[in-house]
Amino acid sequence: MRSPELLRQAWAVASKDLLIEFRSRTAIVSAAMFVILVLLVFTFARDPTAVAAIDLAPSILWVTLTFAAVLALNRAFQLELENQALDGLLLAPISRSSIYLGKLIANLVFVGTVELIGVPLLALFFNVAVWPYAGPLALVIALATLGFVSVGTLFSAMTVRTRVSDLLLAVLVLPFMIPPLMWAARATGPLLAGRPLSEIAGWLKMLAAYDIVFLALALFLFPATVNE
Amino acid sequence: MKLLRAGQWITGLALLLLAGVYVRALAFTPVERMQGLAQKIFYLHVPAAIWAETAMILVGIASVFYLFLKDPRLDRFAAASAEVGAVFAVIILTTGPIWGKPIWGTWWSWDARLTLTLFLFLLYMGYLLLRNAVSDPGERARFSAVLGICGMVLVPFIHFSVYMFRTLHPMPIVLKPSSPSLPPAMLATWLMSLGVFTLLYVGFVMQRYGLSYLREQLELAGDGGRGRGEG
Repeated sequence: MRSPELLRQAWAVASKDLLIEFRSRTAIVSAAMFVILVLLVFTFARDPTAVAAIDLAPSILWVTLTFAAVLALNRAFQLELENQALDGLLLAPISRSSIYLGKLIANLVFVGTVELIGVPLLALFFNVAVWPYAGPLALVIALATLGFVSVGTLFSAMTVRTRVSDLLLAVLVLPFMIPPLMWAARATGPLLAGRPLSEIAGWLKMLAAYDIVFLALALFLFPATVNE
Repeated sequence: MKLLRAGQWITGLALLLLAGVYVRALAFTPVERMQGLAQKIFYLHVPAAIWAETAMILVGIASVFYLFLKDPRLDRFAAASAEVGAVFAVIILTTGPIWGKPIWGTWWSWDARLTLTLFLFLLYMGYLLLRNAVSDPGERARFSAVLGICGMVLVPFIHFSVYMFRTLHPMPIVLKPSSPSLPPAMLATWLMSLGVFTLLYVGFVMQRYGLSYLREQLELAGDGGRGRGEG
């Protein structure tokens, strides 16, 4: 299959999902509220006199984003459970890879939106200067998000029809999220402390390698996760 | 079933030999000068670690071939290997702290190889949980193959990232490019132990393989019966 066609079909799947999301807005509002609440939990669960906000900020950011992403990942294939919509999607004359890519794009937009809400709130609540480092920080977040959303989208296609899908997805995907999460948190710390970008180049390369490997792997493996 | 029986014999033999290795390790192998008797756990800890990691790689390889060949035997082997790998990971995670307390002064540290083993354990548990959660045999095999491959690919990433941090563990002393830096008597004991653990792995896997074959037969028979009974 030619690649423009693959992308066009992927976009068709993604825009269908995003349209559903845009019309109802339940999931995105819930996810945004969830992010706010996790940040509140952190605010009240920490002793502000003991640890400086700037030291804790990278951890808070990444814990919040991780949990929000895990919750958000279930949504993509849960949409397809009603009225056996997944069978319809599989019968459509499009390749399995474009279904995966479409779901991935929709998930990325969804998680990205949640992150766009979460980061300014983190800056606001914890009085962390994010704006001067917005560009590099966006790069770190984008690289990490692409990595774990590609794995998570693949896994959510498998867990969605099990009985404990939310819990099982979290158990399966968290070991895969922790390495990129760790690198991203290590990169965020120096970044927010105003260190030069060259200091975190190694972490960025690790993130990029992870993204490439797992995106390619997920594209290759996705057909095995849906009915033949 | 023949395989199950053979697996039981091999496991029994391996357990006997393990006792033998420990007699040799405790009575006939020199005591390490710095660590004293605590070092004896090395003969249990390192072979288990080698097989826990190898089992994950074997799960991954079997999974790759399963996706191409769709041979249920490969799936059964991957499941068996994952179960045994999980057991070996537990052996490492329990013997490690026992060794770590007298030598490092702490039960647990977020040390590179410790973290890697913990991840291996989590991957195995996720794999086994997924297998439990999916009831359709074909789907279960495909799903677990996907997870097995992803797990195998994740291991080098964890390996690489944890080695970027400081480690309390000694660098590999047997499996390294130059010749092993163990005294010959210790090396001999260790190699015997590795052999015993290899036998244990084979014995365990054969038993689990046999069991899951029997379970599949039972499921097939059960489905047939239910199919007729409930329409």
